[in-house]
Amino acid sequence: MTIMTHRILRAVASFALFAVAGSALAVDGNQIERGRYLSLAGDCASCHTAKGGKPYAGGRTVPTPFGNIPSPNLTPDKSTGIGDWTADEFYQAMHDGRGKDGQLLYPAFPFTSYTQVTRVDSDAIFAYLQSLPAVHSENRDNELRFPYSMRRLMAGWRTFYFTKGEFEADPKQSTEWNRGAYLVKGLGHCNDCHSTRNSLGATVDDPRLAGGLIPIQDWYAPDLSTQAHGGLSGWTQRDIVDLLKTGRSARGTAFGPMAEVVRESTQHLTDEDLASIAVYLRSLPARPEQKKDDSLPSRPMFIAKGQKVYADRCATCHGDSGKGKGDAYPPLDGNSSVVEPVGVNAIRVVLSGGFAPATKGNPRPYSMPPFSQHLSDDEVAAVVSYIRQAWSNAANPVSADDVRTYRSTPGG
Amino acid sequence: MRPCSLRWLALAAIALSVAVQADDRPVPDTLKQRIASCTSCHGEQGEGGDNGFNPRLAGKPAGYLVRQMQDFKLGLRHYPVMEYTVAPLTDDYMREIAEYFATQDVPYTQQKSPRLPASAMTRGEQLVTKGDPARNIPACSGCHGPRLTGMQPDIPGLVGLPYDYISAQLGSWRTQTRSTVAPDCMATITSHLSDADISAAAAWLSSLPIPDDTHPEPADSLTMPMHCGSVGG
Repeated sequence: MTIMTHRILRAVASFALFAVAGSALAVDGNQIERGRYLSLAGDCASCHTAKGGKPYAGGRTVPTPFGNIPSPNLTPDKSTGIGDWTADEFYQAMHDGRGKDGQLLYPAFPFTSYTQVTRVDSDAIFAYLQSLPAVHSENRDNELRFPYSMRRLMAGWRTFYFTKGEFEADPKQSTEWNRGAYLVKGLGHCNDCHSTRNSLGATVDDPRLAGGLIPIQDWYAPDLSTQAHGGLSGWTQRDIVDLLKTGRSARGTAFGPMAEVVRESTQHLTDEDLASIAVYLRSLPARPEQKKDDSLPSRPMFIAKGQKVYADRCATCHGDSGKGKGDAYPPLDGNSSVVEPVGVNAIRVVLSGGFAPATKGNPRPYSMPPFSQHLSDDEVAAVVSYIRQAWSNAANPVSADDVRTYRSTPGG
Repeated sequence: MRPCSLRWLALAAIALSVAVQADDRPVPDTLKQRIASCTSCHGEQGEGGDNGFNPRLAGKPAGYLVRQMQDFKLGLRHYPVMEYTVAPLTDDYMREIAEYFATQDVPYTQQKSPRLPASAMTRGEQLVTKGDPARNIPACSGCHGPRLTGMQPDIPGLVGLPYDYISAQLGSWRTQTRSTVAPDCMATITSHLSDADISAAAAWLSSLPIPDDTHPEPADSLTMPMHCGSVGG
C-alpha cells in the first residue's frame, strides 16, 4: 500500500467516524452551539459548578475514598480558569488525562471515558467553554491523603487501568448503535458510576456497565443490561428513552445521582441521541443469574412485619401487587433499584422519599414521603426485605444495622 | 337471551367495573397529591408537624417559602432532608408549591412556652418589640410587623411557632448553618444576640396569644430598618 493510499484511507476513516460521532448537530456548522450540546452530554457543569456558584467556575467537591477533590474552574479566566489553554492542551486533558503542563490528572475527572471523545468534539467543547463569561475563582487544592496525594503515582495506575484511544466505530453495527456506544462510553461516562470500582478506584469493565456501589455517595448504580438477569431486564427502547428524557418510565424513576444526571444532562439530548443510547444499551449481553443466599436464616415473622408496613404505608401508591400507579408511582416488582445486590437504594428511598426530577417532560413530578421520622430501623429493614422478596423479586433481606448506617446520609 | 339475563349481565358488568376501579384507583391529578413528600412532615395544608422542628408553612408569604427552598438548594440553608428534597425541583415548581402553602388558611395552634424567670420574659418582650439599640439589635416587629404576622411577599410571621423551632433557627443563623442571600440581615442581628437573648426572645414569641388576624401585612406597608437580600428578590 502506498503512503498516499494509506493517507486517503485514514482520511476516509476519520470522516466516517466524524459522521457517526457528530451526526446529530453537525449540519448547523455552529461549533460553539455544538460544544454547548456536547458539554451537556458530558454533564460537565454538574461537577464543575459549586452549589449556588457560577456555571463552570468549579469548586464543587468530588468525594472519593482517597480524599476530596475540588473541581477546577473551566471558564476562560486567564489566571484561575482555562483562558490561557489551547485546543491542543484541552484535547490532551480529555484524551490523555494530562493538565496544561502535562501533569497527570486524577480519574475523578473521567478521562478514562473521555479519551474516546473525538478531536472534533473536544474542540467544539473547548470553543464553547472559551465563549463563556470569565469568572475569577481560585481553585482549591486537593485534599487527598498520603500517598494518593503524590501525583506521580498516577503513572503506575495508568499503565494498569488506562487505555488511551478515541472511539472506533464497529462496522458490523448500525450507525445508531455506534452513536449510542460513542455517547455511553465517551462523554456520557456511564461506566464511571454503573460499574464496580477496585481498591485503587479503577472501574472494572468486565462485563461493561454491570452496576456498582458509588463510593462515598452510597447509592447503587444498577446493571444496565436489558436482557436476561440484567438490571434493566425487560426494559423496552421506549422505557430507556422515557427515563433519560423525563426522569420516569413505566419501569422505574430516576432518583439520587441519576436524578441529577437526567436534570442536568440527558433531558437536554435530542430524541435521536437518546434513541441511539437505548439501542446500544439494549445490545448489552445477558448476565449470569444471581443466586439468592440460602444460608441466611429465613425469618417469616420479620417478613410478615414488613408486609404489614407495606400494606399500611406503601400499597396505596405502589399497589398490593407492586405494580405502581401509571405515570405517578413506579412499580417495585422487578425494579432494578429494589433488587440491586446491596439493598442501599431501597433503604435510602424509604428513609428520604423525595421527588422524581422536575424536567421539561415531567415538570410537576409526584413524590414520596420520607419515612425516616415515622419508621424505626427495624420497620424499614422489614419493609425493604419484604419488597425485595415479594412478587417476582428474589433478593437478599437487609438488616436494621444496614438501615442505621444510611440514616445519616440522605443527600448525594 | 331473555331481558332478565341481560339485566344480570349489565349488573355484573357494572360490579366488575367498580371492582376494577377499587383495585386500580387513578392517582388524583392534584398538587396536594404530588407533594406528599412535603405534606407528610409539614401537614396536608402545611399546618406543621406535631414536633418542634417541622414548621408550619400555611399562610407564610410565598416569596419567603420560595427563598427557603432556593436557600436549601444553593447550600445556604442546611438540613439534609430538605436539601435532598428540593434538589430536583425547578424554580417554577417551587413557586407553585410555595403558593399552595401560602394560600392555605388553617387556624393556628397556641404553642406551649417554657417557664422562664420573669426577667427573661421582660428581656424577650423588649427584644421583640423595641430591640436593643445600644447593641445594634432592631426590634423583630420592625420587619415582621406589629402583630408579628409577617409582611407580603417575603417576610414570615413569627406567631404560632414553637419555642424549639425559633431558638434553633436563631442559633443556626449564628453558627451559619442557616443563611441567605446577602446582605443577610438575620446573620447580622443574631451575631449581636447572646444565648440568653435567643432563649428569651423565643420564649416570649411562643408565649404570645394568637392574634385575631394572622395574615401577613400588605407589601411595602412597613419601613424596614435594614436592607435585606432575602426581601424584594
